[in-house]
Amino acid sequence: MRRLIVRMAGVCGLLMASSLALVGCGPREPVSEGAPADMRRLTEEQYRNTIADLFGPTVTYGGHFDPLTRIEGLTALGARIAQVTPSGFEQYYASARSIAAQVVNETNRQVLVPCTPASPNSADDKCAKQFFTKVGRLLYRRPLTAAEIDVATTLAHDVAERRSDFYQGLAFSLAGMMATPNFLFVVDSTEPDPNSPGNVRLTPFARASRLSFLLWNSTPDDVLLNAAERGDLYTKSGLDAQIERMVGSPNLEAGVRAFFTDFLNLEKLETLEKDPIIYPAFGARTTEDSREQLLRTITDHLVARNLDYRDLFTTGRTFVTATLARIYKLPVDRPDGGWAPYQFASDDPRAGIMAQIAFLAVNSHPGRSSPTLRGRAIREVLLCQKVPDPPGDVDFSLFNDPNSPSKTARQRLTVHATAPACAGCHKITDPIGLGLESFDGAGAIRATESGETIDVSGELDGKPFKDAAGLAKVMRDNPAVPACLVNRLYAYAVGRPAGRAEKETVAYFEKLFAADGYRVPELLRRIAASDAFYKVSPARAGTSAQSGSTVGYAQKDNPS
Amino acid sequence: MSILLPRPPSRRRALRSIFNGAAVTLALPYLDCFLNENGTALAATGASIPVRFGTWFWGLGHTPGRAVVDKRVTGRGVDFLEETAALKPYRDKLSYFGNFTMPLDGNANYTHFTGWVATLSGYVPQRGGEIPGTTLDLLIADVVGNTTRFKTIDVTSNGIARENYSARGTNSRAAAEVSPVALYARLFGPDFVDPNQAGFQPDPLIMLQKSVLSAYTEQSKEFLKSTGAADKARLDEYFTSVRQIENQLALQLEKPPANEACRVPQRPGEPSVDQLANIREMGNVIDTHKVMTKLLTMAIACNQSRVFNMVFTDNFGNVRRNGESYTHHLVTHEEAIDPALGYQPLAFWFGQQCMNGFAYFLEALSSIKEGDGTLLDNCLLFASTDSNYARIHSLEGVPVYLAGKAGGRVKTGLHVVGNGTPITRVGLTAMRVMGVPRETWGTNSLQTSKVITDILA
Repeated sequence: MRRLIVRMAGVCGLLMASSLALVGCGPREPVSEGAPADMRRLTEEQYRNTIADLFGPTVTYGGHFDPLTRIEGLTALGARIAQVTPSGFEQYYASARSIAAQVVNETNRQVLVPCTPASPNSADDKCAKQFFTKVGRLLYRRPLTAAEIDVATTLAHDVAERRSDFYQGLAFSLAGMMATPNFLFVVDSTEPDPNSPGNVRLTPFARASRLSFLLWNSTPDDVLLNAAERGDLYTKSGLDAQIERMVGSPNLEAGVRAFFTDFLNLEKLETLEKDPIIYPAFGARTTEDSREQLLRTITDHLVARNLDYRDLFTTGRTFVTATLARIYKLPVDRPDGGWAPYQFASDDPRAGIMAQIAFLAVNSHPGRSSPTLRGRAIREVLLCQKVPDPPGDVDFSLFNDPNSPSKTARQRLTVHATAPACAGCHKITDPIGLGLESFDGAGAIRATESGETIDVSGELDGKPFKDAAGLAKVMRDNPAVPACLVNRLYAYAVGRPAGRAEKETVAYFEKLFAADGYRVPELLRRIAASDAFYKVSPARAGTSAQSGSTVGYAQKDNPS
Repeated sequence: MSILLPRPPSRRRALRSIFNGAAVTLALPYLDCFLNENGTALAATGASIPVRFGTWFWGLGHTPGRAVVDKRVTGRGVDFLEETAALKPYRDKLSYFGNFTMPLDGNANYTHFTGWVATLSGYVPQRGGEIPGTTLDLLIADVVGNTTRFKTIDVTSNGIARENYSARGTNSRAAAEVSPVALYARLFGPDFVDPNQAGFQPDPLIMLQKSVLSAYTEQSKEFLKSTGAADKARLDEYFTSVRQIENQLALQLEKPPANEACRVPQRPGEPSVDQLANIREMGNVIDTHKVMTKLLTMAIACNQSRVFNMVFTDNFGNVRRNGESYTHHLVTHEEAIDPALGYQPLAFWFGQQCMNGFAYFLEALSSIKEGDGTLLDNCLLFASTDSNYARIHSLEGVPVYLAGKAGGRVKTGLHVVGNGTPITRVGLTAMRVMGVPRETWGTNSLQTSKVITDILA
């Protein structure tokens, strides 16, 4: 188990040698009101991880699920209000049928069915009950009730008898189980709180689900469910033991990947295209590899090496494939298509995650870079600041001058800075994005545009920089960068935007994050061990899960 | 004791029961309620031909003065211009609706978003990304779409599954099918029952699937007890969705009515690596649209659904032309107006490709013979977009086309002038034609009770 040396800066004034030393000194956790219990639809990734964890990676299926709404920068918050449309259910059921058939096929049944029926040609209720008791607990994230086991077993019995096939009976009943709301929705089940009469608390199994989806982005494993069943998750030592086990597990990488995929809106990469004439080196493989590069860089930095989150903005360490190397112009040739670590020199402009293809190309046009889109992404995604949408009646004739002598983006964007209707917003995006103009729309480095030397100087909130590396440094030192991460990670953890009443709670985690040296696994520990993470308030009459939310994923209309 | 549910009554059994006076309260399936009032019959079978409803969507409107000659009075004949030239052969098979208004009641114009939401749902969103109501295709499907295998079929040609303009609200928006191979598998895969095959035998596995699903659904209702009001509403939608799949399964137990127009199409080939990398290049969008159209129109002819949605390009015009730096959307804003031509030539080109795509879709519907006419004659196709002049995001006069005669219920070949009345009149008229019993549609200034009687047959 990895131990961290953490410093409770300005609080304890001494070194503490335990990653879980959460009491005794340091800021006190503010009392959180929580929010009424609700339920979240499994995300596609959570569904996939759950299936892989339960049945192994060889069980595959196709299809796609209904999209989630992005709220406050996160689709995880959209899961809280997501519904299941008829065609969405059709996809769930088709996937369930496909998965169930694979689980009981002749190869997999040897491993995945914990017993052998008396005859494969008829029902065997004892064996079926054993199977559903085990699998159902992992699917529903709690022990099944006697009635639930009875229904699953009886259905398997009936089908087996009608089809003279025990395994077909299991498959039909399993497919039905995987199409129920018990599986498709993660529910905040509550029970009366014995320590606070009149209030409720999450059941131990609901606590286990919160923990598991935050840290592993998957269903609770057997060990965690056992701990829940024993009541361990209500005791500090029991909870800490599970958190320590889970943070130390290789599965933590899946959890960190899931959060950063959502936080950085990597979903946009799924529809990214570049013009093959303008950027011939950029293909479908480039998009896939750039996504993986970014996530490898993040997990290597934050999980494997447990480094300061802020240094992600300046690190030169990354991983590349031959496909990416063509755009980065690196001497990397991996004929097997595999990954190779690469370290950019300390004076290289390719500093940090903002200088990676995944960020640069997705925030560009198909055949041209976009300082505005890049600046906007920095503001909205990395700094959690809102950039207003352009007005619907904006006068585009201002920069439709066919005789314009502009050769560079900076020259073209001068119009934005001089036209009052545009200047208000563009002045908060363009000066940042112009710092990345040394990278074209595909992310390749360049020194000139249309034969003109590119000026990549700029400023971010009064902090000037000379180039992309300078911008990276300014971002690294910007206090809004870690604050944004904390805000988003807390919202992601509790499945809803942090409300006004939780301002102090978020500030508390910001302080801890700083004191812990901006280590993300440590922040995950802190959140997972906090009262706020599990807090639910009694449901108010007529409470709507949607009432407190903001539909903040407005589609953007950004012309330059 | 078995908990498998008994087989649901077939239409024939239900009718027999009613005629015997045994079950006067038994609700009939909707099948016969909305058939062609003119009694058009399929030549081979004598069965009535159903009327279908579909939407066809393209992004970013028209080039002003280059699409349709403006008119001040409703009358016969749509005068197509360069951008819509491909529609000329269909002049008598569609009507154009111009000069309708879209009052926002003080709400912002969420660019390229407000327009389609208002046209298709009758609501003006108060926030970006908000879809406050149910779109008209689903309101129609709730009435006519309960007796087919699929309530709706949603397809898009530009590879973005979430860009589907069919929703019951912000958080209930199905993903559209983006892959021709997956669409084929869904429509014509193992679960497809050829209506023209001899010797129909219901698949006993379908019956078992339905029974298992029903039993689990019944048990899952326990789930409702532990949820709050908002979550109950979400679960209601879940249970409605399950019921629909149960209906689909039940329908697969009966021999579908024969339809001589139905021909199982060939399975499309897998896309090339180049196509996958350039899905939104306009040439590939057109090719994908052609393949998807063939599958979709044949699925309609095979009575797999009565309601369908086809997206050619999305509301943000995320399509491009090889060699160009910008997408269609950015071109509409960044391209200069050519002083000699008087318009943006590349934006015009994109608009023209969209209308060529619309013409292809009409051709595909027209090429399938049904009874004395064509599939198009038995459809009502609602073609719409997000704005009028995309360059300035204008919402006044957002163009809408209605194609097909809806089995003889509507007149075509008209240029209908809105004269400042709300765009929702077109949607209300479409719903009434399709048998949706609504007096009014739309909210605030978009609310209307005025059907466009000019087009009613």
